Amino acid sequence: MASRIDVSIENRRDDRPGEAAHGPNTCPRCRSHYRDDELDANLRVCAQCGYHFPVRARGRIAQLADGGTFFEQDADLRSADPLGFFDLKAYTDRLAEAEMATGLGDAIVAGAAAIERRPCELAVMEFAFMGGSMGSTVGEKFARACERAADRGAPLVCVTASGGARMQEGILSLMQLPKTVSAVDALREARTPLLTVMAHPTTAGVLASFASLADVIVAEPGALLAFTGPRVVQQTTREKLPDDFGLAESNSRFGHVDAIVRRSDLRPYLGRLLALFA
Amino acid sequence: MAADPESKPGQIEQLRLRERLTKLRDLPLLRGVGVSGELGRLERQIERIAAEPSADEVWHSVELARHQDRPYTLDYVERIFDDFVELHGDRALADDPAIVAGLARFRGRTVALVGHQKGRDIRERTYRNFGMPYPEGYRKAIRIMELANLHRFPIFTLVDTPGAYPGVTAEQHGQGGWIARCQLEMIGLEVPIVSCVIGEGGSGGAVAIAVADRVLMQENAIYSVISPEGCAAILWRDASEAKKAAAAFKPDARHCLDLGVIDGIVPEPPGGAHMDHDAASALLAESLETALGEIDGNEPKARRLARRDRFRGMGVFVTP
Repeated sequence: MASRIDVSIENRRDDRPGEAAHGPNTCPRCRSHYRDDELDANLRVCAQCGYHFPVRARGRIAQLADGGTFFEQDADLRSADPLGFFDLKAYTDRLAEAEMATGLGDAIVAGAAAIERRPCELAVMEFAFMGGSMGSTVGEKFARACERAADRGAPLVCVTASGGARMQEGILSLMQLPKTVSAVDALREARTPLLTVMAHPTTAGVLASFASLADVIVAEPGALLAFTGPRVVQQTTREKLPDDFGLAESNSRFGHVDAIVRRSDLRPYLGRLLALFA
Repeated sequence: MAADPESKPGQIEQLRLRERLTKLRDLPLLRGVGVSGELGRLERQIERIAAEPSADEVWHSVELARHQDRPYTLDYVERIFDDFVELHGDRALADDPAIVAGLARFRGRTVALVGHQKGRDIRERTYRNFGMPYPEGYRKAIRIMELANLHRFPIFTLVDTPGAYPGVTAEQHGQGGWIARCQLEMIGLEVPIVSCVIGEGGSGGAVAIAVADRVLMQENAIYSVISPEGCAAILWRDASEAKKAAAAFKPDARHCLDLGVIDGIVPEPPGGAHMDHDAASALLAESLETALGEIDGNEPKARRLARRDRFRGMGVFVTP
């Protein structure tokens, strides 16, 4: 298999160097090791070097929303298999496995919440569910979150983490780009703010649709934010990639994000923005 | 509209589906998984499958869509439009030759045209970057569409790209963001828009200029979320399984029509558009005129909202 190119999104936990060689709780940057509860207590950020570990959707909601305010919507929506897609495995099997592994119905969790006592809609993507890929269900749940936000006049806060469109739904997954863009258009028409927090990684179809259309774009330190990831760029163009290719810091330098905000500052930062938009 | 592809027995497919049906019925019930909806859908799919294009037919479309003699945007422009004036530049940074844009006359009226442009020989292919735009190309598209909206010109877009360019500079210039903004722009326009995929409709780089009131595909065009090779490399771990991948994700016009992604199929001359550019152009012109006629008289705001609703409704999911 060594000679074959592997650009798998699902099987890659992280593009940043080193992680694969270590356990999930070992910092790939400074190799500090943590117990789960230690890491959770520090918002899953390395206390030694500030490396931001991935956060699961439920954990992110717990970090951002005021206690007891999150009220999930559309939890019962599930992906269909419009193409009868079968690669090495049936799409329906992949879905069932992802649901068992994550306890989630698809790669996004959405609902009403309050952040620093400001009411909002909160939609959080789950990278552990098939690489956070966007199929019809993710698109639909995001679009419904937009519609609820517009109805309530409450801002939508969306935390993105996605490898892009979900290939197993073929062209319908590509159609989730204009679908979510349409939902953002309606949100803008209602003058309802959209704030996105781009977590690692926010790439391809999600970056090329709703995530980039937010009124304010916040990025987490070190997150990969790219339409095409470094591996494919390297393979296609044979270009020498800059060390910080596609990272939040590079995106910030080129003017594509409003701010890079450390996880420990994220909740108060969003609270301030929500207050300004209120 | 194109004739239906010949009916195929598709017995192996049917067998596979029936196996999965049986399997699904036996699946231990996961909390909330919409198995009942899935069963019904599979059963409907079995009914339908005999009429579906076979894997070979799908691959044939992939090959024809990329055929080196297939007409490109400017081949159609010179045959379909009178007095095309190409407009250049994004007014910020560059002029991207992978996207052509301009004003032209079509059936006696002024229209705006935006399309991907591939090159015929090595020199032109390099110049056109193989039809793979930079963000500058999408900014040019946005500029021309805004111009058309201001002066009330209908817009035609012709889609033919392997995808947006996957390069370092393109990323630094905001490839994802500009693809997103180009779609948002199209959702907001009040003039009629007709798009046609004339070759490769490759992923985000294609849909960026295909958010239209009427979306057409030529008979042998493909429209897909990823290239067959890319999909094979990721899911099969082997780019040479492209044919298998294409059969699985079904990028051909017939499947796109069945899935409600496009509104119509534009016929091609016998053997494919590359066999006769003039005949292909005449057929395309006729389809563009018909499609424009269907939406031309609509009230602009209602047309815009109908376009938005059309894309808002895309997708298939289940609620138990």
